[in-house]
Amino acid sequence: MSGPTDPTKDPAESQAELPRDAAYWAKGVSALELGEVPPEAMNLNVTGRRVVGPVQGFGKMWQKTFRVELTGVDVTPAEVISTWKSSFQSFWPARNWFYGPITGIAPGEVALLNLALPGRMKLSTGVLVLYADDESFTLMTPEGHMLAGWITFSAATEQGVPVVQIQALERTNDPLYEFGFALGGNRMNTKFWVQTAENLARNFGVEPKVDTRVICVDRRRQWRKAGNVWHNAAVRTFLWRLAAPLRWLGRPLRRRRDAETH
Amino acid sequence: MSDGNATLGVRELSSRASVIDIGGDVTAASEQALTDAYTKASGEFTRTIVLNFTALEYMNSGGIGMLVMLLVRANRQRQRLLAYGLSDHYRQIFELTRLDEAIHIHASEAEALSDADAT
Repeated sequence: MSGPTDPTKDPAESQAELPRDAAYWAKGVSALELGEVPPEAMNLNVTGRRVVGPVQGFGKMWQKTFRVELTGVDVTPAEVISTWKSSFQSFWPARNWFYGPITGIAPGEVALLNLALPGRMKLSTGVLVLYADDESFTLMTPEGHMLAGWITFSAATEQGVPVVQIQALERTNDPLYEFGFALGGNRMNTKFWVQTAENLARNFGVEPKVDTRVICVDRRRQWRKAGNVWHNAAVRTFLWRLAAPLRWLGRPLRRRRDAETH
Repeated sequence: MSDGNATLGVRELSSRASVIDIGGDVTAASEQALTDAYTKASGEFTRTIVLNFTALEYMNSGGIGMLVMLLVRANRQRQRLLAYGLSDHYRQIFELTRLDEAIHIHASEAEALSDADAT
């Protein structure tokens, strides 16, 4: 198959040769770039980061699947996904923020995440919209995120019943996160997506019953990836917040320096 | 969650190497077909499995997930996965998802087999 940029081909002909999925995938993303974010958001650990999949992660590999039936609801998979994309943040558990792009969830877009951690700690990281079509979309995590992998949100009609599904394929990114996962982080992560599925179902007027399936796909840890800890967004966010008084004290100096240079 | 419509064939090239010819649509629904093909391709002494994507027509993110699962199985058996026949589009997807760091991409079956022989 010829590539879409083959100069010897008529553009329309080349377009016709593109696979059916071509429009659904992010393109040419080597490092993440974040658009405008609200002033209240903590914007750290996103710009310049590369995405990471299960191949690049450190910990055990998990496949987590959450399914909920929207019994009695007359809705198409495309309508479910359209609602999910447009109100993604509203279905998340409290104290967790998804600052999506103004243009919405579309392939190649980047979103900022401000997540709540135990002990009133916060984590600033992001996600790339890796894939998005009418009936599903997939988010992929960057370096420093607690998880290396992707999570797919999809909808389908099975025996006349609309079914929504969240499926993650992931490893923790580094040994610190893996330790945290073993100490309850894994359970918290599972609860996060159960709550999200429940909130989505309630939005459609259904009292939710989420079917949860958690499988450890690979028990081996990838010790050669232990160096991922350098990018650990939780540590970096903690240090950034710890240094807030210094930044506050340095503000007059920076203002004076800026005034002199202009 | 679309229905799987993948066509999968297996060719045993030697006791140490097999090819899985992957065509049609690869999605999450292709899991069973891919697992069956891998089982058929994976003999006692198989060290390399080459994935031929020449006839691939469609792949979504669920399909990429299936390839990661295949990779885990292969690693468990101490086998290498190699790939060839990827169009520019699918090569870019391998690079974007960084799957190319674990499944080495080659231009042809001969090149993939030469890589397999070298190890």
